[in-house]
Amino acid sequence: MTNFAERLKALHVRTAERVAVYLQFSGRDDLPLTYDQLLRGANACAQTLKRQGIQPGEVVVLILQHGEDLIYSFWGAVLQGAIPSIMPFLTEKLSPERYRAELSALISVTRPAAIVTYPEFETEVRAALRHGDSVRSVIVAQRVEPQTGIDFDALAGFARKPEDIVLLQHSSGTTGLQKGVALSHQSVFNQLDAYGRSLALDEGDVVVSWLPLYHDMGLIAGFLMPILSGVPLVLMSPFDWVRAPYRLMQSVSKYRGTLTWLPNFAYNFCAQKIRDRHIEGVDLSSWRAAINCSEPVRWESHQVFYERFKDYGLRLEALQTSYAMAENVFGVTQSQLGSVPVVDEIDREAFMSERVAKSPSEAGRPSIKMMSSGSPLENVKVKVIGEDGRELSERVIGEIAIQSDCMLTGYYNRPDLTGKAFYDGWYLTGDYGYICNGEVFVSGRKKDMIIVGGKNVYPQDLEALTYEVAGVHSGRSVAFGLFDEMQGTEDVVIIAEVDSEDPNEHQRIADTIRQHVTRNSAIVLRYVKVVGPKWILKTSSGKTARSANREKFLMELSKDGNE
Amino acid sequence: MSDVIQQLSAFIRTSILKQPNRVIGPGEPLISSGVIDSFSLMDLALFVEDTFGVRIEDTELNAETFDNLTQLASLIESRK
Repeated sequence: MTNFAERLKALHVRTAERVAVYLQFSGRDDLPLTYDQLLRGANACAQTLKRQGIQPGEVVVLILQHGEDLIYSFWGAVLQGAIPSIMPFLTEKLSPERYRAELSALISVTRPAAIVTYPEFETEVRAALRHGDSVRSVIVAQRVEPQTGIDFDALAGFARKPEDIVLLQHSSGTTGLQKGVALSHQSVFNQLDAYGRSLALDEGDVVVSWLPLYHDMGLIAGFLMPILSGVPLVLMSPFDWVRAPYRLMQSVSKYRGTLTWLPNFAYNFCAQKIRDRHIEGVDLSSWRAAINCSEPVRWESHQVFYERFKDYGLRLEALQTSYAMAENVFGVTQSQLGSVPVVDEIDREAFMSERVAKSPSEAGRPSIKMMSSGSPLENVKVKVIGEDGRELSERVIGEIAIQSDCMLTGYYNRPDLTGKAFYDGWYLTGDYGYICNGEVFVSGRKKDMIIVGGKNVYPQDLEALTYEVAGVHSGRSVAFGLFDEMQGTEDVVIIAEVDSEDPNEHQRIADTIRQHVTRNSAIVLRYVKVVGPKWILKTSSGKTARSANREKFLMELSKDGNE
Repeated sequence: MSDVIQQLSAFIRTSILKQPNRVIGPGEPLISSGVIDSFSLMDLALFVEDTFGVRIEDTELNAETFDNLTQLASLIESRK
């Protein structure tokens, strides 16, 4: 099997009438799509792209809401041999100006030939276009022509070579300079084979997912893998899930779901927000694995989730972990299904000051429970390296580096970034961790990145947004994450220094900052604190010291409650 | 300001925004402005149910159903 189109055709021959995707909508009946329907819809989109002059190898950006149009457009681009890239759409929270600016920036780097969107959003997309840019056509998804019989031989997607790029996956971020991870057919197949084996995936499985498809976990684990493996997928919208998390439990129960991927915060969110009346009669015993991935994995989060749902058939060994990244298509490691992930209790002080993960030397010393992310997939090599690039021994914390046959082809149109990402043939992940008995433990991040609700955000991007607020001077704001035990993810804090000492003025500016950052980034702030001059601590070189300011903030918070 | 509005306001300021001293105007947009994010919207619905015995369905958790304290308070009154 050399490319996606051939794989789809083979599935169509074998399982045309089998359901590929059950699409779920809030307030509407579920919509089952068989492989035959999926391919007919995709074929119609492929014909549209072809008629619009979109050539194989050209990028097609998809800005679509949850629904069949998104699915048809994605596979339609594949059948036409084009390179689909799913992007988030504008939500009511985000400022249209910011969205437009980011889309323009993305277009200038990625150079797509077409953008597929929905009717309500067409104006917004057109507003982001610039004279002379790469976009030759804006296609409105609901205007694709009626579905016809499929002439597989006429589809350009069948001529794609294994090493050709099949899709782009854009990293999340607040700036327009997102990196488009370019993946080849072969890389994706290699990942799916290895990852599928680590899960013992077979056609008796049912994947249930609410994850967005513009994120690697949703795109690969919650979309490509089931569809290309002949495993039924039950797919709901992240917007519906966040308002009604119990739908996940109902869907697992209804479809006898076996596999689900969740970011860490979702374990806490489900445990805390789901009411008994919504899960009466729900049976979760079919769940082989609910896999914790894309945020640091927390043993405590698994515990609260298990306690909440054990009376509904949930088995403790169904709670699993994985370490994954778009640059490796998806999975790097996977815990052993059928048994509980390894928990390593380590000495807190040695971890903090000596960068070593060792057992507490005596009982009663403060310790941390580290949960393993599992062992490397059969096609992935993992090592931990020190500052000098040399491999470290077991239990010593350093940067995680990986090598595999499913790595990215490159950051699309950014050879400069691709070059920097590798050292001596190894991809440098930017994550800190250690290895013990072949298990990988991820302990932190090299950069100050904040991970909130599964979204990655750089503090400097948030700080830059606060400088746009009147009264806040450049260089006089600091953003950081604070782990919130209750939520199972980080809370975002912004502190901004202003000239005024007037509390009312502080309050007013704090409100403006909250609103501005909320409207111009994908995240929501938990704490906004406006302070008078000379509050923010700087290093001797004049840089903002994030960890020192975090400590100061925590001191004040515990001293006087919050403001 | 009505009792209901005051209770809602106190909950939002303390538990969601973590700014107990902030003033929330009765007509101030909360959802469309992003002041209350989707994760916290869920908390607000649970608070309303526990405090006033009024259910807000998940399909109603959007700016069309209510976007400020006055609208939310009248929604609660109408269902009591």
